[in-house]
Amino acid sequence: MTHVADVDRSTCPIPRNDYERVLLGHGSGGKLSADLIQRVFLDGLGNDVLSALEDSATLSIGSDNSPGSDHRIAFTTDSFVVKPLFFPGGDIGKLAVYGTINDLAVAGAHPLYLSAAFILEEGFEIEQLRRIVASMDEACTLAGVTLVTGDTKVVDRGKGDQVFITTTGIGLHRPSYHLSIHNARPGDQVIVSGTIGDHGITIMSTREGIEFETALQSDTAPLNDLTRTMLSACPSIRLMRDPTRGGVSSTLNELAVASAVGIELDEASIPIRPEVHSACEMLGLDPMFVANEGKLIAVVPENNAQVLLQAMRRHPLGRDAAVIGNVVEDHAGMVVMRTLIGGQRVVTMLAGEQLPRIC
Amino acid sequence: MKYQDEYRDATVARKLQQAIADIATRPWTIMEVCGGQTHTIVRYGIDELLPEKIELVHGPGCPVCVTPLELIDKAIAIASRDDVIFCSFGDMLRVPGSRSDLFDVKARGGDVRVVYSPLDCLKIAEQNPNQTVVFFAVGFETTAPANAMTIWQAKKRGIDNFAVLVSHVLVPPAMEAILSSPSNRVEGFLGAGHVCSVMGLEEYEPLSQQYQIPIVVTGFEPVDLLEGIYRCVRMLQQGQVGVDNQYARAVRREGSRPAKELIADVFEITDRKWRGIGLIPDSGYRLRGEYQQFDAEQRFAVGHLDVLESDKCLSGMILQGIKKPHECPAFGNQCTPEHPLGATMVSSEGACAAYYNYGRLLRSKGEPAEPYVPSPTH
Repeated sequence: MTHVADVDRSTCPIPRNDYERVLLGHGSGGKLSADLIQRVFLDGLGNDVLSALEDSATLSIGSDNSPGSDHRIAFTTDSFVVKPLFFPGGDIGKLAVYGTINDLAVAGAHPLYLSAAFILEEGFEIEQLRRIVASMDEACTLAGVTLVTGDTKVVDRGKGDQVFITTTGIGLHRPSYHLSIHNARPGDQVIVSGTIGDHGITIMSTREGIEFETALQSDTAPLNDLTRTMLSACPSIRLMRDPTRGGVSSTLNELAVASAVGIELDEASIPIRPEVHSACEMLGLDPMFVANEGKLIAVVPENNAQVLLQAMRRHPLGRDAAVIGNVVEDHAGMVVMRTLIGGQRVVTMLAGEQLPRIC
Repeated sequence: MKYQDEYRDATVARKLQQAIADIATRPWTIMEVCGGQTHTIVRYGIDELLPEKIELVHGPGCPVCVTPLELIDKAIAIASRDDVIFCSFGDMLRVPGSRSDLFDVKARGGDVRVVYSPLDCLKIAEQNPNQTVVFFAVGFETTAPANAMTIWQAKKRGIDNFAVLVSHVLVPPAMEAILSSPSNRVEGFLGAGHVCSVMGLEEYEPLSQQYQIPIVVTGFEPVDLLEGIYRCVRMLQQGQVGVDNQYARAVRREGSRPAKELIADVFEITDRKWRGIGLIPDSGYRLRGEYQQFDAEQRFAVGHLDVLESDKCLSGMILQGIKKPHECPAFGNQCTPEHPLGATMVSSEGACAAYYNYGRLLRSKGEPAEPYVPSPTH
């Protein structure tokens, strides 16, 4: 019996990018995630605030025009499904607190209150939950926020994976700062606050099938003190983002598109730990696509870059901060890297999940 | 990292770049065979460092690009079964079959897993005695020894709930197919270093003599590539043919005897279809008779699947260096990295994706894209 596939013979065999079902890649923070947001969520729910696609929404509350009544609120939410729940340098509880705080902080806001919703799987050990809750409490104290409301649901055994946490955060914008992903201008400098890829590689090193020994720790940390320091030293910062899922390359591509500018990177200046570098070589991964949980990217006018860099380097979370590139008028919407040996390449957004290459 | 940083040294790279520019007086078309080398070229922007006279053609040494449609369909059929755990190297998951891909199978409830070593499959098989663990054994001579070792161990340890879907292909027959084509443009090869670390240099010597062409076995770091190109250009300029070994730190003339013996014990040579190219005689491996019990095609009766490829897709001609990506009518309009129509546009190091991104960059700077895509005048 011969089976002849029903292919459209006028084109090449067509790879899928319009899947009828959700793939893991839709959660990778790369192109598939962006597609899902555009095609499903913005299509169904889009409005001026949501469609701006900032890390957190900016809302004006109180508009009676009396002095001091115009409070701008930063509002954001994030879900956490990490496996394993406990990993070197952190756990799902810390991630859930810091992840939401960081989305507020990089918008230039002062994080104040959090909510937390737990989806628990039947059979999950209460003792583990206690450890997670204790870790969240510690994280809130360190970051100076208060967890003020929450919710709990339990699903049948096998219908969840131990515990999923969703946190929502509210922060207060300072009147003088207006950071936005749309603000980058040619001539600006691009700064990263430290070594890239630490979190993603730490998590990967614990995964079944690829376990490897490493002293590496997740970089999970609250960035609100660092951003406060940065904004006091340099109020002219154009924008900040935290390059979590999808890594530095996806964040830079997003901001290049949103600001309609090009970005030129210098590969040699990108801070990366030798352990992360080696693991990426071994696994066939690109550190530019690997997730971070305690790092930020800042874009700043050129003449303020050094002041900002010095201020960052005095902060424990910005010790390894470096200028990694600059914003240009050319190739708007594209990120181009000057490579170690002097060539150049286009740095694309992560397509779906990052997959190890065969050869 | 030792054995790596010294091969990414900008000063050494600049010296080699200059040396190539100094000796190249005529235009030459050189093909790097291996997808890993293409990856390095794209990742470090090596082609941009070369004089315009030197044209690099990205060859067929990418398992993702050449695995035929019907084999992907077979993998999808097997992976969709309730009684199967399907294991694969990561980047095969996004390769499209005629209707879906392995990601889609996973989303529909199939047990599809990424493994880093085929030997992990035996562990999974022992942990899941009621399931059959099927490994997608793809790749060139480089992945063949570890795959052969896994099958050999499965037999020795009596692990019956393990099978392999074999799609191994071989480099020398593909090079011969390219060289014997009337439309061939390739004048020199950068041989695939890791393939040669297994197989050695001997099979390349007759090829070089028969087709009067230099073959420089080359490594995978940027300095390796530049040095390989330098040596190849020097041979071309001097009219030399033969096999040169740039990757001597990993490749011996005889290759790896234990690896070759293991491969010969488990596999035998067979005809293989290549995606976009078609059937190439004696260009792959299949299981030998005494290992047939591990053949997933037989066990799951998918051997009859025969899928026609599109006759309009140019990816095969592109992988042979006959056509350039921009010569495809779909290139850059219907076919982009966001909406790829062929495997060569799927991954960022695919020949079409590399051309697309770089061409976009040149156009945005107001420069013509031509310097990178010279017309085939020689």
